[in-house]
Amino acid sequence: MDPSGQPLLEVEDLSIGFAGDGAPTAITDKVSFKIHPGEAYGLVGESGCGKSVTCLSLLKLLPVPGGKVLSGRVLFQGRDILTMPPEELRKLRGGSIGMIFQEPGAALNPLWPIHRQLLEPFQYHPFEGDPVKHIRSLLDRVGIADPDRVLAAYPHQLSGGMLQRVMIAMALSLNPALLIADEPTTALDVTVQAQIMELIEDLRKEFSTAVLMITHNLNLIAQYADRVAVMYAGRIVEEAPVADFLERTLHPYSAGLLGALPRLDAVGSGAALLRPIPGQVPRPADYLAGCRFRDRCPHAFEPCGAKPDRFPAGPGHTVACFLYQPGKGPRHADAVPAEVAS
Amino acid sequence: MVTPAAPAASGAALLEVRNLKTWFPVTGGVFRKTVGHVKAVNDVSFSIDPGEVVAVVGESGCGKSTLGYSVLGLVPPTEGEIRLRGRGVDVRSPSAWDAYRKDFQIIFQDPYTSLNPRHTVFELLAEPMRVHKVCPPRELRDRVAMLLGKVGLPADYMQRFPHAFSGGQRQRIGIARALSLDPKLIVCDEVVAALDVSVQAQIIRLLMDLKDEFGLSLLFISHDLSLVKAISDRVLVMYLGKIVESAPAADLFAAPRHPYTAALLESIPTLDRARRPKLLGGEIPSPVNLPPGCAFAGRCARAQDRCRKETPVLLPAAASEAACFFPIGLTPVV
Repeated sequence: MDPSGQPLLEVEDLSIGFAGDGAPTAITDKVSFKIHPGEAYGLVGESGCGKSVTCLSLLKLLPVPGGKVLSGRVLFQGRDILTMPPEELRKLRGGSIGMIFQEPGAALNPLWPIHRQLLEPFQYHPFEGDPVKHIRSLLDRVGIADPDRVLAAYPHQLSGGMLQRVMIAMALSLNPALLIADEPTTALDVTVQAQIMELIEDLRKEFSTAVLMITHNLNLIAQYADRVAVMYAGRIVEEAPVADFLERTLHPYSAGLLGALPRLDAVGSGAALLRPIPGQVPRPADYLAGCRFRDRCPHAFEPCGAKPDRFPAGPGHTVACFLYQPGKGPRHADAVPAEVAS
Repeated sequence: MVTPAAPAASGAALLEVRNLKTWFPVTGGVFRKTVGHVKAVNDVSFSIDPGEVVAVVGESGCGKSTLGYSVLGLVPPTEGEIRLRGRGVDVRSPSAWDAYRKDFQIIFQDPYTSLNPRHTVFELLAEPMRVHKVCPPRELRDRVAMLLGKVGLPADYMQRFPHAFSGGQRQRIGIARALSLDPKLIVCDEVVAALDVSVQAQIIRLLMDLKDEFGLSLLFISHDLSLVKAISDRVLVMYLGKIVESAPAADLFAAPRHPYTAALLESIPTLDRARRPKLLGGEIPSPVNLPPGCAFAGRCARAQDRCRKETPVLLPAAASEAACFFPIGLTPVV
């Protein structure tokens, strides 16, 4: 990973809307982030925050009709995916960009045996060598002990963990530069989750594949991501290297999420350990002007009526909160780590 | 073979379950003959005291939800003994639970499918009170308003239909419905699994406050061990239809005795980046044709020959009970 070099993926001011009766309702508002080669990047947020539509739009997979990119660019290796001709986009999908979907059972074709699904990408992408041999070695790599049975099986004959392994093998079959994983383990049990996450981590190191991980689980982010962006109501509210994020959680929403999380390493017990965020996640029609978290925020003050910029808060750390506004915010000092300030 | 310690004298426990089995037949062939059974709950014994929170944890398919449904008769058990408030229930007769419904209630996992979409909140909450004749009909409206207040919803919401509410609000309605009959015990089946983490904390706090206020017992079914750690007094760990460990929550999390419990705890990711989750290899075998011996032996690093031949039963292991011949940190069971 080289943060100073050319990013692999640059998302710039991406706004996505969904058509209603009238003008499309904006779901995300100017989302921007960059992913470098080999990096594991986590996008975290609660349901409806826009993290999944953001990741679908990266491969132009938004539901049609309905989903629409309102503005912004998605540059992959310097070229804009959103304006790319369809035949070039087809080369990226399943080629340079692999994708793992949330529900493996729903993402695989129930009428095709696994071998047919695994071989499909090779019909559309150039490949030197024997595809059958290649997929067998991939199945071995993802921890499938009996490839013959799995290749001949239909999706309904395999467990969720096995299907997720098959999908990872498929996503990696053409050695992508970027792997997008949308809630890759949400449908799985915790012991299988650990197996799948370790697998993704190993493969990332082996093939220096960058990973964009979309999840609601902060524990997974802490364990498996290098950098994290927290989304709330369609906006990125905080972005930071994960270690720095856990040590200096700045945005009140990020802090609220961490406080509400049940902790296995908590000292003592009691429901008082869980500190809920009051109120509920707003629907897009109810988004407030200005800071969208201000009605649930314990620190809301006067400036929050305006939309906060993503203020710098240390190396690679930004926070969209007026508490940390340079020169003005009451907590601005917290936003500069000690070693940088001195 | 030693049998587990005898339970407290009848009358002390609110719910007592002995050797409960809930098996589902598997049919095959042209004539749909029964060719085997899914032993979803297979010889389970436990009890719950008044005011106690007992959690049942395990992975999908371990039988924890079936257990919760079986003790309420919502899924009829195959055999076994159930004593509610010290009195035995005929587990073969679906109507045997009728007399106890008022005291033993349930909150379901999915707040979107467990509320009738054609009933207003008033109808949803008043129906059980009407059936059980909790109060004169003219007082129903006041009682519904009171219940809504208890779960933090305005009284005028009683005119609305479930579609008008978010997942967290619906789960509040589910809690109000369970409370409407002034129960002694509530089975909570993954009640926050469908909710976001910020709302999940609200619902758990509410549930625990109400538990204290009304002196409720909870049978808390969950796959989330971090959550269970925060709220439960005692934990039952299930694997393939059996309880493999039963322990006070503090002991279970500090010193798990069964290797499966330990593996479950180790595989959970935490915010501590220095502690990586450890992997448990393999997958849960099919519950239809279980191998002889301990069901976990195939995935267990401590397994020896004996584990593949004999089936361990729950035996005292320090402060816990574990169904294991080689419990962690203790001398092997002879």
